[in-house]
Amino acid sequence: MIARVQTWWTILRICIEERLVYRGDFWLGTLMRFLPIVTQIFLWSAVFEGMAASQGTSGAGQQIAGYTYHDFVAYYLMTTITRAFSSMPGLAGSIALQIRNGEIKKYLVQPIDLVGFLLLQRVAHKIVYYGIAFLPFAFVFYICRGYFPGWPPADVMFAFITSLVFSFLLGFFLEATIGMIGFWFLEVSSLLFVYMLFNFFFSGHMFPLDMLPEPWRTLVQLTPLQYLAYFPSAVFLQKIQGHDLWFGLTVQAAWVLFFIVACRVTYWRGVKRYSGFGG
Amino acid sequence: MFISVQKSFNRMQRPSYTRVFLTFLRNSLVRDMMFPTNFIIETISSFGWVMMNVGFYLLIFKYTSQIGPGTSAGDAWDKYQFFVFIATSMFINSIVQMFFMTNADEFSELIRTGGLDFALLKPIDTQFLISLRKVEWASFSNFLVAAALMIYALPRVDGFHLTIWQVILYPIYVLAGVVILYSLMIVLAAVSVWLGRNTSIYDFWFYITTFSRYPMEIYSGSVGSLLRFGFTYLLPVLIVVNVPARMLAKPLRAEYAPLALFAIAATVGSFVASRWVFQRALLSYRSASS
Repeated sequence: MIARVQTWWTILRICIEERLVYRGDFWLGTLMRFLPIVTQIFLWSAVFEGMAASQGTSGAGQQIAGYTYHDFVAYYLMTTITRAFSSMPGLAGSIALQIRNGEIKKYLVQPIDLVGFLLLQRVAHKIVYYGIAFLPFAFVFYICRGYFPGWPPADVMFAFITSLVFSFLLGFFLEATIGMIGFWFLEVSSLLFVYMLFNFFFSGHMFPLDMLPEPWRTLVQLTPLQYLAYFPSAVFLQKIQGHDLWFGLTVQAAWVLFFIVACRVTYWRGVKRYSGFGG
Repeated sequence: MFISVQKSFNRMQRPSYTRVFLTFLRNSLVRDMMFPTNFIIETISSFGWVMMNVGFYLLIFKYTSQIGPGTSAGDAWDKYQFFVFIATSMFINSIVQMFFMTNADEFSELIRTGGLDFALLKPIDTQFLISLRKVEWASFSNFLVAAALMIYALPRVDGFHLTIWQVILYPIYVLAGVVILYSLMIVLAAVSVWLGRNTSIYDFWFYITTFSRYPMEIYSGSVGSLLRFGFTYLLPVLIVVNVPARMLAKPLRAEYAPLALFAIAATVGSFVASRWVFQRALLSYRSASS
């Protein structure tokens, strides 16, 4: 048991050191992340001004689907945090690539579990990412603090942090499962593109999902995608409260569990199919 | 004997750029058609991307009748005007994607692997060769979608009647927009000669061009005016879509003539600047082999 923990600890440490090599890239990349939000903020400001102008009102207190202009800005800022937890750039693609070029063999012969190894790698990535990105994040949020209604109460905060952890796990296992499809189809890039497309629009990254009209709203709520960006952000802004909040958290946990199992099963069945040749 | 060598040398020095370009077009189409299923999937997925974007804007206009304060003849954009704007943006982006995106992307790879040697040795302008080698036919579908959106939205714009000036000027300004975006892209690609690594640079391109996606009137207030000034006059990405879209969607007004004139100057300026940077980058290129 101790030996096992030591192995995992070593892997985690190596991954962290590996990640620290490209610090400069990180800094630049993090600040860049906020650039599209700047255009979004101006767009929504113009939308609200347009609404006020066409209705002949002053614009204060205008709401779209229960969100004021300030809520919109706060929402977009929150999605940068939630996306930073749930997005797994290149995970599915790299799994599929390792399957295709046979690199996956090393996990089959070594006493290391592929999924566990990748998970630790991502944990290391996120730790380093937040370690370094904390400053730019804090800076942007401090400047924009006027848009937030204030800190939520402790129980909401607890729910928010829980849903963030779940969103990380959900993002990881969902993408890993898609990567495992590489055992059946060697080329998954087009499938990935479709996934990314849906992810981009229906995770709530582009707009709060409350805006969607009825049949769509229910449909989108049935997918796990909303838990990657919309749900934690809306929880923090207290748009989801009471019964809905705890129900949502339970469903999110269920999705995490589902994809942990799905990932394991596809990996296990995939390895059975897999045949590796050569040295 | 000497004369005939001289003649063939002359002929070698001046390759027919049109014919070379047509060959690129044909070769790329042949290459794309080798994997027809892949081509169809790519077409469908880029079509899906466009449709999702249109859906997003439709959603916005469910809640408001215009974007920005003022009247729709002036600073504000109503639904159909905005769709004309989006269609224009799609025209420009699909052309850039079709002709330049893949090539600029592969440029840094050519430098890293030393493959640029082969391009330098060919008796043709290197920037031409590098920029247009591969044509991404799948992006052509976006161009068609843009055309469909334009045909749908344009007649529905309030008080719209097409004038001969719009017919002449619109394509010119769309091409000017393409040239500005191309110049920016090739400068960023050329910078990779010096840096050797270009991931952040491509993100940079993506993030900078997000500023071109919306009407420039939305950048109001003190920060907004600063952004608007910077992205109009210093790094002219805001005029890429704005100038042609306004020309078509809104009545022509004298007050916008200076901006239209500036757009031409900016286009020429960006192209010259990009060419200069590209040539400088080639001078610092050291082959990867030997």
